[in-house]
Amino acid sequence: MHAAQPSGRSSARIEGGPRRIRISRLSLSLAGFVGCILCLAWNIIAGHHQPEQPPDHFGFGRPATQHEIDSEAIAIPPSGRGLPNGHGDSAAGAQIYKFKCAACHGAHGTEGPYQKLVGDTGKNKTIGNYWPFATTVFDYIRRAMPLNAPGTLSPDQVYGLTAYLLSANKIISARTVLDARSLPEIQMPAKDLFIPNDNR
Amino acid sequence: MTTDKKFSRRTLLASAAATATLTVLGKVAGQSLKTPNPPGPTHTPGPTHTPGPTHTLDPTHTPGPPPSALGTRSRFESLKLIPSDTSSRTPLQSLYGIITPSDLHFQRHHGGVPKIDPEKYQLLIHGMVERPTVFTLKDLKRFPALSRICFLECAGNFRTGKTELTPQEICGLTSQAEWTGVPLSTLFREVGVDPKATWFLAEGGDAAVLTRSIPIRKAWDDAMIAYGQNGEALRPEQGYPARLLLPGWEGNMNVKWIRRIEVSDGPFQTREETSKYTYSLKNGKYSQFNFLIDARSIITAPCYPDTIEKGWVEIRGLAWSGRGQITRVDISTDAGRSWQPAHLNGPVLEKAHTRFTCLWNWDGEETEILSRATDDTGYTQPTLKEIAATRGPDLGYHMNPITAWHIQKDGRVFFKPEKWK
Repeated sequence: MHAAQPSGRSSARIEGGPRRIRISRLSLSLAGFVGCILCLAWNIIAGHHQPEQPPDHFGFGRPATQHEIDSEAIAIPPSGRGLPNGHGDSAAGAQIYKFKCAACHGAHGTEGPYQKLVGDTGKNKTIGNYWPFATTVFDYIRRAMPLNAPGTLSPDQVYGLTAYLLSANKIISARTVLDARSLPEIQMPAKDLFIPNDNR
Repeated sequence: MTTDKKFSRRTLLASAAATATLTVLGKVAGQSLKTPNPPGPTHTPGPTHTPGPTHTLDPTHTPGPPPSALGTRSRFESLKLIPSDTSSRTPLQSLYGIITPSDLHFQRHHGGVPKIDPEKYQLLIHGMVERPTVFTLKDLKRFPALSRICFLECAGNFRTGKTELTPQEICGLTSQAEWTGVPLSTLFREVGVDPKATWFLAEGGDAAVLTRSIPIRKAWDDAMIAYGQNGEALRPEQGYPARLLLPGWEGNMNVKWIRRIEVSDGPFQTREETSKYTYSLKNGKYSQFNFLIDARSIITAPCYPDTIEKGWVEIRGLAWSGRGQITRVDISTDAGRSWQPAHLNGPVLEKAHTRFTCLWNWDGEETEILSRATDDTGYTQPTLKEIAATRGPDLGYHMNPITAWHIQKDGRVFFKPEKWK
């Protein structure tokens, strides 16, 4: 660039007005320098500098629709909040159990070979002696059972299976119909056996 | 649903085993372990690898293969996890340093490994928040990223019952990686978590749709949504494309393939935090919400099935604590009568496997060697008897006992299974 200058004294011509103004390059540099300082000062005063702390809200992601939330939020807390419509009793559950559950848990839920579900002996941790909340039975069957086709049972089927297993464990009567209202009211035998240990 | 549920399942019965309780102490005595020997031609790290076949050409006279698209392990090395129906275990005794190679990270699945398309992956955060939000993987990666090294240990990680056990078999359900992701606190600020919220539910996108309730304080402390492991994307077995990471807390809570977080004002009492991952106490009650992994250590060399020689032996091992940093490891070479501090090889990181070493001049006499870890909260690793004194009859989760190796006069090393009753 310097080599392209016609003379040793660099200059710039500005055709801005009626008069031709000649400004030395040194003057331009000075003006630029002062300008920068002013800009910097202005930025500091007006808060236009780069933030040191990240914002609370980046604006990434998109708002979830209520439909999305309703279809995905399947977890049931002890209050029963979110339990679906539907109902089932022990007799209905027994039929489903026979075909979808007995192969792993045994004909009566006491035999295994996998998790034993029924019984109150101290040796086996069953729903009857070790599960503190009935809502957990519903939640777990609905999300994870049967093992070869989880998530395929209807709310009626899950209410029925829950009723069957609670009835087999002598926690509810064989005639009890379970639904969103009655399920959270069940008091489980193991309820008071659990001590939270989260503050070690 | 973001999960492709078409992953190949085993037969009904074989799969059913995947939900069986983690094999814990009570079961081990009567159960034979499938793989009694560790992998590798020799398993003690050191310059004693078996030489290659004698017909190998002299590599200084024959050009080797050109650069490749993917590096490989030497064919002389044969590192392997030990898989069972429910988990696979890291070969602790075969590794150097503190990082577990990603393909050797332990695995514990409750519904198999799902195949999730990263383009279709979504994380929904809702509940007690101002702005229920769906994040794609790309969204998660736009946030300021964080990397940290920490261990991850399954809460059911102690086997005993026979002398022929390697560290991999005794406690191979612990591994360590450098994890990269977005702090959960960043996401919680993004969605505007209600100050009255006290817990959140984390849900996986696997066939178990596994759920755990987690106190919200952990989100504000050091929880993160991780998408990177040791410099690359998570392995599918570790939650690809994104998982929850709760440094220092029991593995089961670090929900893999995380698809949903529901912010709440109480725990959901999920199956995994009631009928599992709880243990009996002396007073007949059951301890629940046992989050912290307490300080632990194990000597990984010498160990079964090594044979040592008289003279100098470098005792090597790993120590870690979910509470914080390891501050000291003590070694006994006389069956626990006297102890001396081991050297902590750096880096000594918070909630991280820490390498320790201790030089020992073995006189050729029969003895036992042990290690005992202490962390920066002052907690010291207990003996099996000390743990059993607080527990009910069925020891199970959160077992971190001091572990002894029996050195025979002939130099052979065996695990010392201890009675606790």
